[in-house]
Amino acid sequence: MSEPSSRDLSRRKLITTGIAAAAGVAGLGVAARLAQKHGLVPPDHGGLYGLGETLTYASQRLLTRHSFAREFSRSQISKPPFPNELGPLPDQFKRLQAGGFADWRLSIDGMVARPAAFSLDQLKSYPSRSQITMVQCEEGWSYIAEWIGVPLSHVLDAVGVLPQARYVVYFSIEPFWWESIDMADALHPQTFLAYGMNGDSLPVGNGGPLRLRVPRQLGYKSVKFITHMTVTDNLKGFGKGLGSASPEAGYSWYAGI
Amino acid sequence: MSDSACVPSAASTTPATVSTAIPAKTVSSRHSALVRVTHWITTLCFFALLISGIEIVISHPRFYWGETGNNLTPTLFKLPIPASRNLVPTGYGYVLPDQNGWSRYLHFQTAWVLLFTGLLYVIFGFVSGHFRKNLLPPGTDLSWPAFAAECSSHLRFKRPSEAEAWSYNLLQRISYLFVIFVLFPFVIWTGLAMSPAFVSAVPAAVNLLGGQQSARTLHFFVSLALVLFLLVHVVMIFVAGFWSRMRAMITGRAAEPRAGTTRTATTPAGTDMERP
Repeated sequence: MSEPSSRDLSRRKLITTGIAAAAGVAGLGVAARLAQKHGLVPPDHGGLYGLGETLTYASQRLLTRHSFAREFSRSQISKPPFPNELGPLPDQFKRLQAGGFADWRLSIDGMVARPAAFSLDQLKSYPSRSQITMVQCEEGWSYIAEWIGVPLSHVLDAVGVLPQARYVVYFSIEPFWWESIDMADALHPQTFLAYGMNGDSLPVGNGGPLRLRVPRQLGYKSVKFITHMTVTDNLKGFGKGLGSASPEAGYSWYAGI
Repeated sequence: MSDSACVPSAASTTPATVSTAIPAKTVSSRHSALVRVTHWITTLCFFALLISGIEIVISHPRFYWGETGNNLTPTLFKLPIPASRNLVPTGYGYVLPDQNGWSRYLHFQTAWVLLFTGLLYVIFGFVSGHFRKNLLPPGTDLSWPAFAAECSSHLRFKRPSEAEAWSYNLLQRISYLFVIFVLFPFVIWTGLAMSPAFVSAVPAAVNLLGGQQSARTLHFFVSLALVLFLLVHVVMIFVAGFWSRMRAMITGRAAEPRAGTTRTATTPAGTDMERP
């Protein structure tokens, strides 16, 4: 073979590659717009790791919107349940604890028809559900427990979530501890406001008196000591606008992995 | 221009590789562009995954079998290293800085890049015949004596023959196929089996492995196997001749085999992607 033919070939290759690259970029643009429209872009999509986060969140939203976290048999419950390390709890918590949490309130506001504050007794008056699911920490450890509580969707129905709502932001009594989930997780039947564990009330070490359980995501989304929730269509106004305290501390907002 | 300038010196100082200095002969490719590009992307991904993976393990260097495991449960084994979390009983009096956040971001993003790179490579490998022609051991090589001879020459770190610069030997073929079709799929599977959201959609992914902690332990062992492969791979490149192998994988060029060696004469220079 003579030289010119191979040069032609490489020129043809170059043109083909150019067209493919242009199509690829245009395709990415269209994909980005579609993903934004269908809520497949996580709030921490900017920055160095935005591409990976978006791919994970978008693909799992398409794959897992209605799937159920694995549930286990009673014999698989970890004994003893593992209480992770707790920071010093604020004085406000200690005062409420001294009163047997009778004055504990969960307030819900934002894009809801009837903002309200619920006592633990009110939450317990709703039909209670239980699930035996795993808490999986991003560090690597895990445990299985029976969680007793009311599905978050039931409480959200009670306050009347407006149709444009896209996220539920939730806050712990521990300062700087707040998270958010999209409506697919918020309305998921396994997303619980848990007040009980293994047939008893929820121990403080495991987030008592009230913890949100999001069993399809890592443990840090299951925030302990929940006191406040806000329903919103936009996470930009919360903290640094990355969706929750986790991305501000360097951890991904979506923790389904 | 620079090519022609270097012809005289190359020809005068290194007569053995004289043919490589003649442009017409060096156009031919030892490794196709796609193999070279995916090889180096994979290399970068491998190191990013390894470093971030080590950082992730440091936050809890304890391993378990079954569904669950934590500081209160017995371990399968512990790594004798300090941890980046103070709750882990390691026996060390200090705690390493927490690097888990960016490590996880990097680990999962790199996994995506590697997945796409791997898919591209595997599709190319089947379509172009790369697997069939270059990696599947030829029938004649598949005998115990041939295998034993290959093992023995490897164990003696024998420098490979010149012809081997243009094709893979039996052990290479077997180990590359094992890495591509066993270790990489298994490391992806065991990784996905740790994802609570993924296994909510595909519970068999973790159930088949015996539980989430089993998946984590297996992920660790497959990673070790991949690191072991990398070490042997790099040692073998040094044994075979570091610069010639690096040049072949970077530029695609390799020294033309002398007359009488196995290179097929009918292959047109410049168009052949792979040696048949």
